[in-house]
Amino acid sequence: MRARPSDTRAASLEFRHVSKRYDRGGDGPGAVNDLSFAVPAGAICVLVGPSGCGKTTSLKLVNRLIEPTSGQVLLDGVDVMTQEVTALRRRIGYVIQSVGLFPHLTVGRNVATVPSLMGWPARQQQARVEELLGLVGLDPARYRDRYPSQLSGGERQRIGVARALAADPLIMLMDEPFAAVDPIVRERLQDEFLRLQREISKTILFVTHDIDEAIRMGDLIAVMEQGGRLAQFGTPRDILAEPASDFVARFVGEDRGLKRLSLQTVANLRVEPLERRLDGMPEFGPATKLRDALSILLVAETRGGIALDETGRPRGMVTVDAIASALAEDGTGPGRVPADR
Amino acid sequence: MDLAAQTSGWLLDPGNWQGPNGIPYRLAEHVALCGASLLIAAIVAMPLGLWLGRAGRLSWLIVSSTNAWRALPSFAVIGLLIPVTTAIDPSLGFTLYPTVVAMILLAGPPILVNAYEGIAAVDRDLVEAARGMGMRERQILLGLEIPLALPVLATGMRSAAVQVIATATLGGTFGFGGLGRYIVLGDANHDNGELFGGVVLVAALALATLAVFRLAEWRLVSPGLARSPAT
Amino acid sequence: MNGEPLMRWDWVAAHLDSIFGRLEQHVGLTILAVTIGFAISFTLAAVSVRQRRLYPYVTLLATAVYTIPSFALFAALVAVTGLTVLTAEIPLVLYTLILFVPNIVAGFDGVPADVLDAADGMGFTRGRRWLRVELPLAVPLIVAGLRLATVSTIGLLTVSAILGDSFGGLGYFILDGYHRHFTTEIIIGGVLSIALAAVADIGFFLAQRRLTPWATARAAVR
Repeated sequence: MRARPSDTRAASLEFRHVSKRYDRGGDGPGAVNDLSFAVPAGAICVLVGPSGCGKTTSLKLVNRLIEPTSGQVLLDGVDVMTQEVTALRRRIGYVIQSVGLFPHLTVGRNVATVPSLMGWPARQQQARVEELLGLVGLDPARYRDRYPSQLSGGERQRIGVARALAADPLIMLMDEPFAAVDPIVRERLQDEFLRLQREISKTILFVTHDIDEAIRMGDLIAVMEQGGRLAQFGTPRDILAEPASDFVARFVGEDRGLKRLSLQTVANLRVEPLERRLDGMPEFGPATKLRDALSILLVAETRGGIALDETGRPRGMVTVDAIASALAEDGTGPGRVPADR
Repeated sequence: MDLAAQTSGWLLDPGNWQGPNGIPYRLAEHVALCGASLLIAAIVAMPLGLWLGRAGRLSWLIVSSTNAWRALPSFAVIGLLIPVTTAIDPSLGFTLYPTVVAMILLAGPPILVNAYEGIAAVDRDLVEAARGMGMRERQILLGLEIPLALPVLATGMRSAAVQVIATATLGGTFGFGGLGRYIVLGDANHDNGELFGGVVLVAALALATLAVFRLAEWRLVSPGLARSPAT
Repeated sequence: MNGEPLMRWDWVAAHLDSIFGRLEQHVGLTILAVTIGFAISFTLAAVSVRQRRLYPYVTLLATAVYTIPSFALFAALVAVTGLTVLTAEIPLVLYTLILFVPNIVAGFDGVPADVLDAADGMGFTRGRRWLRVELPLAVPLIVAGLRLATVSTIGLLTVSAILGDSFGGLGYFILDGYHRHFTTEIIIGGVLSIALAAVADIGFFLAQRRLTPWATARAAVR
């Protein structure tokens, strides 16, 4: 589905020495301490860290549900504190963990919440609702007049996303949006969300406690630690390959080497020439993640596998050694697309 | 049965449909005063309950109100208001005032308590989501909190209405008019037709009110909300 | 009413016997109505728990009866039973139904399914399971129902004073005082009936707390 012109708004986001202290100053839970980072327009930035590290607080500093004690939050270079708060919030999409769909309104009315607040004509609201439901993979005819209580968790999450996108926001704030569903549904939602993002390229600030989700979803990751401090800010590859502190290293886990392998695919791997094609050699399509390929090779009975190109023809041989080398070549592999597009 | 014949005879007698002791008059009296008391009680109790519930304050008041309402027999309340009214103005003690005041006092607690509970039960996350989306406080109250609290609010209004009708009926013994008067007069005059005519009218009014409130609830409450567990 | 004091304590002193007599009558008739009402309601509730389809009808009927003002119902009963104890007791019993049944049903409904499974797994027979597991767990709500019903009955009993001089418990004083324009009697009747209801309410509240250290009970306003 092609991106429509109405869906191209995206602002840059910057936190400049932002702090939030409650009463007794210092490192209380939920406090934020001198947070500074910048997210270019159209990128997904994930705030990740243990409970109480201030990630949700940081999120709420953007739409001013919480206001900073010091520092500035800048949207497209403009301090959010200088804008009228209700108008600001209507330009920001907000998805919370429990989704927060209004139970007394139909799906259609829920999705149209912000357009309705902004006074859009009814027909325009209708059209937008249909467009958005389609965008998140739900048939408008079937869903528009249903009530949230009649829907499954996964359906509700999608509608929550649709609702947040309704007024073509400058930025999306998402607070553990996929945490409340089971792992299989979660993975599907994550995939669909990434697909959606490829089309509409919104600036997104995404909070999660799950490092795997952060690596999967983020173009940029901000690792936060207790006390609301930024432990490290960088691409997933940076965080995994060069953790800035013991805390970050522990947080990403001992298996960060393997995690880095899920950032690369067979398509980018340097393959060895294919000598002989033996029976039982596993085949890998270009989109297969190196981590999965490694996993399969480790239990295969053959020495290597076959890398295929997009048309399905063999390209070369994939071995465990080749994969290990790819890992060792620090950052020279294409990996994830860096944020400065 | 002779009783049925007497009752229907009385009900159908056109003479009973005219004048200040006629059915339309007494019915109107009953309904009007019930409605007025309910309205007054609602004007005071509903906003108070909503405000307190939203702020989560003074929950002891709510608990006391619930208990008081349960423990106060309306008969006793009307009865006790008579000396009180008499102390204020002796000529009013034995008229409709004690009954009306009792009606308002007894309608208050269910409305207050249910308004409080109804609003307090609204998920705070939803309110924050609404705020985060750019709804103003008044829009949140009117467009989100009240619709969500409506089932409980409506139950409170319905309980209050039933209570008020019963109290008004009781008032027939104490100098209030209304349909209860027929029961009292019928008893005094040994006129079974009148007595049971009154009973039938009262029962019909009460059940009709119940039906009207249930119907209103059904229409007003969003189909997306689960039915309130209290009857 | 000119110059007549609101409260004449000498009258009270002179009529202590009669006051206590009425109090006794009030308590006795309340206990009778609540006990019978409970028995009937328990049966209805037990049936409703098994046969879900019947439950809405049971509640509808009980609600309809409760909606009819007591004044009217007492008067109506006269035609059926004349002027006996039944005239007052039957409506009182009927009024307890809507207070008991939902609470008893909710009490049994509230027993968690996994607790029942655990009991079965441990080898309880249906009968023992009901007695030793379900019933104790349903007790909090059942007691909540008893509390509502008792307090309500105390109040409604006062209305039965309209049936005649030998009726009404403490309500007799209210009505008699009204007829005789004698405020002392009204005050005695009113204050004592409220006090009785309050004592019963607090008594059951404390009983609820003793019986269920693990839960707090909160009944919705009817």
